[in-house]
Amino acid sequence: MRVYEVLFIVAPNVEEGDIETLVTQFSDIATNQGATVAKVDRMGRRRLAYPIGKFNEGHYIVLTIEGTGSEIAEIERRMRVSDAVIRYITIRIDEDLKRAEKFAVRRAARAAAGRGRSRSRKTEPVLPIGSDDDDEEDED
Amino acid sequence: MSSEPREGRRDDRGGRQGGGGGRRFIRTRKSCKFCADKVDYIDYKDSRMLGTYIPERGKILPRRISGTCAPHQRMLATAIKRARNCALLPFATD
Repeated sequence: MRVYEVLFIVAPNVEEGDIETLVTQFSDIATNQGATVAKVDRMGRRRLAYPIGKFNEGHYIVLTIEGTGSEIAEIERRMRVSDAVIRYITIRIDEDLKRAEKFAVRRAARAAAGRGRSRSRKTEPVLPIGSDDDDEEDED
Repeated sequence: MSSEPREGRRDDRGGRQGGGGGRRFIRTRKSCKFCADKVDYIDYKDSRMLGTYIPERGKILPRRISGTCAPHQRMLATAIKRARNCALLPFATD
């Protein structure tokens, strides 16, 4: 199972209700193909960093979808056709999340090892464990 | 004998080895902010945080200035590029 983040920008002249129908429409596509919509994040109306088309603002919406990838293709096809969606970007995040988790686990393990080490020696109370670790990493 | 090349290497790192004399910089060691905060994943949607790594021109702040470590700079660069694509950050400003 892959995890995707589909961010899309809806034109500012679209009504709130129409945005909701868009969101449900896209989520339905995902669920119909066996994927699950894990999260719908409405970031709200924001200024664009540069004009897209003739718009300077847009509604940002992020869908987090767990699925196989085929539903993403369908959603993107719909977005391309839709006039309300002025920009979309899909990012696969499961690998990044897995990597982040690995780092966190490794850091926790190292912190535990470091604590054990400093205890078995004489007590070195001064440095916090985190900063100690970082120094070691740099010198390698 | 075997310890000598090691020392040489360490000198390389410290700066120029017996350079032309004259200027000497006392450099405070820059540290990676992401390492300090223990960030594992840099989110491209966090435009306020990313904004601190783009100077006026809109370019990505180089590592030698920000002090970010290589893995985090890589993550940061992809995050900034993604943010640019969805108009959260500018491609260029003047």
